[in-house]
Amino acid sequence: MMKKITSNLVSWLDERFDLTPIRNLLLHKKVPIHKHSLWYYLGGVTLFLFFIQLVTGILLLLYYKPGEDSAYESVRFIVTEVKFGWLIRNVHSWSANLLIFFAFLHMFSVFFTQSYKKPRELTWITGFVILALALAFGFSGYLLPWNELAFFATKVGTDIIGILPVVGEKLRVILRGGEDVTGATLSRFFGIHVAILPAIFTFFLVLHLLFIQRQGMHEPEHFKNLPEDKKKYIPFFPDFALRDALLWLIVFNVIIFLALYFPWELGNKADPFASAPSGIKPEWYFLFMFQTLKFLPAHILFIDGELLGVLAFGLAGLLWMLIPFIKLKEKPNWKIQPITIVGILVVSFIVVMTILGYLL
Amino acid sequence: MTLNRKKFLNILLSLSGIAGLGAIFYPIFSYLIPPKISEPKVNSVKVGSASDFPNNSYKIVKFGRKPVILIKTVEGDFKALSATCTHLECIVQYKSDTHQIWCACHNGIYDLNGRNVSGPPPRPLTPYDVKIINDEIVITSAG
Repeated sequence: MMKKITSNLVSWLDERFDLTPIRNLLLHKKVPIHKHSLWYYLGGVTLFLFFIQLVTGILLLLYYKPGEDSAYESVRFIVTEVKFGWLIRNVHSWSANLLIFFAFLHMFSVFFTQSYKKPRELTWITGFVILALALAFGFSGYLLPWNELAFFATKVGTDIIGILPVVGEKLRVILRGGEDVTGATLSRFFGIHVAILPAIFTFFLVLHLLFIQRQGMHEPEHFKNLPEDKKKYIPFFPDFALRDALLWLIVFNVIIFLALYFPWELGNKADPFASAPSGIKPEWYFLFMFQTLKFLPAHILFIDGELLGVLAFGLAGLLWMLIPFIKLKEKPNWKIQPITIVGILVVSFIVVMTILGYLL
Repeated sequence: MTLNRKKFLNILLSLSGIAGLGAIFYPIFSYLIPPKISEPKVNSVKVGSASDFPNNSYKIVKFGRKPVILIKTVEGDFKALSATCTHLECIVQYKSDTHQIWCACHNGIYDLNGRNVSGPPPRPLTPYDVKIINDEIVITSAG
């Protein structure tokens, strides 16, 4: 009975919209199985976390009231009065952090397996844009509860942007909606967080996924060079999709566990005339940059140290985005290729600076 | 109908699937129902000076979270009625030319005792008591 209805529905749609591409995807997409297959799951996990953000974010919108006099109170109302409100908010916060974490993991796995190489340059670039947008999501969402930590994090963050030559001042005023961080900033960040970013993010995400569907899974060198009969594949549907689903379920349970046992603090309401609390730190994913800027001397050869740091990070980001177009000479007799060494240095730098950020 | 291993496992899987979905959707649906916000019970409201209130005029007064229409008639009597139209909950007004209560949304008309005279309103407006205590207008809920 069900089968008949489904097949009738499918043929009805097929007559009108030609479902061949979707059918091809379902029937022919295959996933290579080799010692590095694990990395194929990370993008999917990140996508799943984005879905969680979408659902919990929309739910929070039902009760959240942006505004200097209502933002903090409405979040407190959500976590204390609304049934399961604490759960929704904690899941939104935790899932946000895991999303950034998995996005980074996904990016580095793509980097070290060199999956960004021709023809996948645009997949890498859209991925880079998505990561930047995810960080912007984190930065803008952090202010919305309007608590002490959020208030100062936003002050410092927008100040750092203000360091930039020529456009810095303008950019800071635009972001803050004025000279200082006020209710105007909150309104702005709210709009950015719930309307502007989701729209742009969705656009790039669709592109990113489209590119992946068009080109299929990347096969590493050692796999490509195998004779045809030695290459192992599993169908994407249903085999790989089910493994994906299992991992999503595990990640979902981890998030619920974290939300239950490690609830997010709401802290005190922001007071523009109170001193910053001691030991104030940005979110962990900004900590390595923050810590690096702290280490820089006030002046490096007549240039403002922080300015140089901000510019260096900007340049590094640009180079990172253009990785697929940068050709480093391959050394045939080296055990580790130069590009891999660059990657190891970048990861080490981020890890060390983050740890120092927590220790110092 | 024999229960073989495959059928048994399928039933088991479906049941756990349904339970899992239930565990996700139960919190979400509970979350959607807004919590009751306790409102302080209002029994009477002071509105201001009776002698300063012009004849043949009206004012919408907050009675807790409900609007009440306070009318001073041409003769100088005070009337207080629920200001919520019984048709579709618009707020009514007093017409000083016809001396009637009128709802702008669908042209509903009530008389000064709140009786629905014409138009769509199905029920009369709930009356409130008005007392003048030392020239102070006090509205209390009737009954």
